[in-house]
Amino acid sequence: MSDTQVRKHVADEHTTAEALLLEPSRMSPGRRAVNTVLRSREASILLVLLAVIAAATIKTDTFLFSSNSWRDLLLTPSILLLLAVGQAVVIITRNVDLSVGSVLGLTAYLTGRLFIDHPGIPIVAVFAAGLLAGALLGLVNGALVAFGKVPALVITLGTLYIYRGIVLTWAGSNRVNAGDMPKAFLDLGTRSILSIPVLTLIAAAFLVVVGYYLHSMRGGRELYAIGSDPDAAVLYGLPVTRRVLGAFVLSGALAGLAGVVFAARYGTVSSGAGTGIELQAVAAVVIGGVAIFGGSGTVWGAAIGAVLLVTINRALPIVGIPDFWQRAVVGALILGAIVLDRLLSARQARRLVEARDES
Amino acid sequence: MVAGNGVAALELREVTKSFGPVVALRSGSLTVHAGSIHALVGENGAGKSTLVKIVAGVHRRDAGELRLHGEAADFHSTAESKAAGVAVIYQEPTLFPDLSVTENIFMGRQPVGRARRIDRAAMYAEAGRLFARLGVHIDPRRPALGLSIADQQIIEIAKAISLDASLLIMDEPTAALSGVEVERLFAVARSLRDEGRALVFISHRFDEVFSLCDQVTVMRDGAYVSTHRIAETTPDRIVAEMVGRQVDELFPKTPATVGDPVLEVQGLSAAGTFHDVDLTVRAGEIVGLAGLVGAGRSEIARAIFGVDRYDAGHVRMHGVPVPPHHPRASIRSGMAFIPEDRRKQGLVTEASVARNVAGVIRSGLGRAGLLTARAENRAAGPWAARLAVKTAALDMDASTMSGGNQQKVVIAKWLATDPSLLIIDEPTRGIDVGTKAEVHRLLSELAGQGLAILMISSELPEVLGMADRVLVVCEGRITADLDRADATPEAVMHAATHQLETHA
Repeated sequence: MSDTQVRKHVADEHTTAEALLLEPSRMSPGRRAVNTVLRSREASILLVLLAVIAAATIKTDTFLFSSNSWRDLLLTPSILLLLAVGQAVVIITRNVDLSVGSVLGLTAYLTGRLFIDHPGIPIVAVFAAGLLAGALLGLVNGALVAFGKVPALVITLGTLYIYRGIVLTWAGSNRVNAGDMPKAFLDLGTRSILSIPVLTLIAAAFLVVVGYYLHSMRGGRELYAIGSDPDAAVLYGLPVTRRVLGAFVLSGALAGLAGVVFAARYGTVSSGAGTGIELQAVAAVVIGGVAIFGGSGTVWGAAIGAVLLVTINRALPIVGIPDFWQRAVVGALILGAIVLDRLLSARQARRLVEARDES
Repeated sequence: MVAGNGVAALELREVTKSFGPVVALRSGSLTVHAGSIHALVGENGAGKSTLVKIVAGVHRRDAGELRLHGEAADFHSTAESKAAGVAVIYQEPTLFPDLSVTENIFMGRQPVGRARRIDRAAMYAEAGRLFARLGVHIDPRRPALGLSIADQQIIEIAKAISLDASLLIMDEPTAALSGVEVERLFAVARSLRDEGRALVFISHRFDEVFSLCDQVTVMRDGAYVSTHRIAETTPDRIVAEMVGRQVDELFPKTPATVGDPVLEVQGLSAAGTFHDVDLTVRAGEIVGLAGLVGAGRSEIARAIFGVDRYDAGHVRMHGVPVPPHHPRASIRSGMAFIPEDRRKQGLVTEASVARNVAGVIRSGLGRAGLLTARAENRAAGPWAARLAVKTAALDMDASTMSGGNQQKVVIAKWLATDPSLLIIDEPTRGIDVGTKAEVHRLLSELAGQGLAILMISSELPEVLGMADRVLVVCEGRITADLDRADATPEAVMHAATHQLETHA
C-alpha cells in the first residue's frame, strides 16, 4: 500500500467512527445497525468469552464437547446472571446494590424451609415466594436510598450485614439438604429443554424481559436518564424516587429468584449461601460495559460479563493457570474494563468536542 | 392593564422566597397574558431565576399567590408544572449527556406504539421535524454529549415546543447564541405567540427585549418594580429602574497604584473550553473577567490555579513559570483561589472560623505534627479582625454565618497564606445587597495594599464598578481588553455576545 492509500484508509476508518457518533442518521439503517453492534462493548466482551471457551476447548476438548460440560457452561452462570441483570439496572441509575448476596442467601434458605415446613407446596409457589421476599428486601433498600438520600453504597452495605444476620439467626447451624426438598424441584437443576438447562432458560427469560424494558419502554429509558444526570432528571420532572425504588425492587426480586435457583442447583443451603457473590455481580456488570457512574450500558453486556466471569473461573484451571493467578486474572479483567471504559468515553468526549470546535 | 383576553396565563402576586438567611425574592409579581411575549429584566441577583424556578416547581414559594390560567397553583415538583403546561428553558441547559438528543427531547413522553413500546422511528422523525422547524442541523441520533451551549439550548427549545406548553419561560436563552441563531429563535418565539401561547423571556440584551417582546416587567433586589408596554417605554427608563441607585455607592473603588506584573498568562488553551488566553494582572490592580455564564471564565481561572489541566500555554508568577495542574505549587508561588461555590469548594462549613482560616497554613502551624486549637486561634485572630468578620467567637461554625461573612472567612483563609495574587470567582454571589458593598470594600482595600486581583463576575455593575481593567470572555476566547474608562455596559456586552463579528 502506498502512503496515500494508507492515509486514505486511516481517514475512512476515522470517518466511520465519527459518522456513527455525530451523524448516524446519514448512514443507511442496515450499515448503522451493523456498525453499532460491531463497535459495541457487548460485541468485544462476547469475543473475549468465545476466545476463553476456544482456548479451554483446545486444551481439553471435553470443556465444551461433552454433554455434562455443555450443561455446566450454561447452567453455572445462571445464578450470577440473574444477580448481574438486577445489579446492572441499579448501577445504570447511578446506585449500587451490595445486599444481593445476602438476599440470595435468605431466599435460598427460605426455599428449603418452605419445602420442610409445608410439604407438598407447589414449586411455582416457592418461586413466587422467593421473588416476593427478594422484592420486599429490595424495597427496603430502595426506600432507604430514595427517601433517606443516603448513598446506596452505604445503605446496601448495611443491609448486606443485616440480611445476612437474619439468615444466620434463622438458620443457625442448620442446613437444608437435598433430602429436604422434593425431587421435582431438584430435577430443575439437571433438566434440559432442547439441551438448554431449565434454570438457564428461566434466567434468560428474565434477562430478555428486563433488556426489552430498558431498551423499549419509557420507564427503562428514564432509568438511563436518571443515571446520566440525576439533577437534570429532577428538573425534567422524571419520577426519580419511584424509578430508583423500582430498580432496587427489581434487583432484590432477581436476587430472591437467584436464591431459589441456588437451592435447586446445589441441593444444599447453609446460612453462608451466596456470601461474597455481590462483588462478583458488580464485577460482571462493570466488565459487561455498564458505566459505574450510570447512564450507559446494557443488561446484555452485564449478562455476557457474568457468563465470562464464571467461565473464566472454570477455564483457567484447565488451561493450567494456578489458583492465585485465577483471582488476579479476574481482577485484571475488572481493572481493564474500567480503564477501557474511561479511555473510550474520554476519547468519545474529545472527538465530539473537537468536531464542535471545527464547525 | 395590558391587552389580553381577560384571564392571565400566569399571575404571580407578592411571592417571596428565602434560602436560609438569604432572601432571594422579597416580593415577586408578574402577569403574563396568552398570545404575548413578556420580558422579565433585572440585574443578576434581582430574583428573576428564583421566580422562574417557583413557577417551574423547582422551589416552593414561602408566601404569595400563583395563578395559572386563573386557577391557583402550587407546584411541588417540576413534573406537576410540566403537566400544567409550563415549559422552562433554563439558563444552563440540563441535558442527559449519555443519551441521544432525541431521547433528551422526548424523555418521559416518547411516542409509543403497541403494548406501550417506544416507537423509535416516529421519535427520530419527530425530532427531525422539530430541528427542521428550528432550522438547525443536528443529527437526531447523536448523543447530547459534546454539544455546544447554543445547540444544547436548541435542544431545550425543541423539548419545550414538543411539550406543546401553554406557558414557555426562557431564562436567557440567547446568552450563548450567535446572531443568526437568535433570529431563528425569535421567529419560533413569534410563531408560538401567534398560536396563542404565553412566553416569558428573560434577557440582558435590550435590543432583543425591544424587538421581540410586548410587555416588560422590571425587577430589582428581589422585588417587583414596574410593568410597561414595550411601545410605551425606552431602554434608558428600564435601565434606570433596574439599577435604581448610584453604582458608585455600591462599589467603593479606591484608586491604587498599579505596580509590576504579578500574573502573566500566555496562549493558555484547553480543547473545547478555552483557546489562546493571554492575560496579565499587575500588583494593586483589579482585573475583571466578564462574560456570559458558560463562556469559560471559571475554567480559565481553574486552569491558571492548576485545578484543571490545559493543553498549551504558560502561566508565570513574578516572571517564574508555574507548573501546570499543581495547585500546591500555585499556592507556593503566591496564588490564592476562591471558587464560585464557596460552600462546596472554599469553606468547611461545619468547622469553626479559626479552623477554616488556619486550614491552608497548617503546615506552618503544627508543632511536632500536632495542631492545637490555641495555635489555630492565634493564627486566625488577626485575619478575622482585619476583615471584621462578625462572629461572636472564632470557634463559631461557619455554616451559621451569613453569606457575606462566609465569603470574608474564605478571603481571610487565603490571606493567611500571604498571597500576591487573589483569583476570586463570583465574589458576591448569594450575598445580600447590603453586605455586598462590604465585600467590595474589602477587595478594593486589598488591591490598595498591593494585592493583584483577578475577579470573575457575571454582574456587570460589579465588574464595571470594581475593575481597573475588564477582560471579556466569549466562548472560551478573550474578545476585549477594556480600560476602566472604556468599559461601558454596551462595550462589555457587545464583546461578550458578538464573538463571531469581532473575530471575523
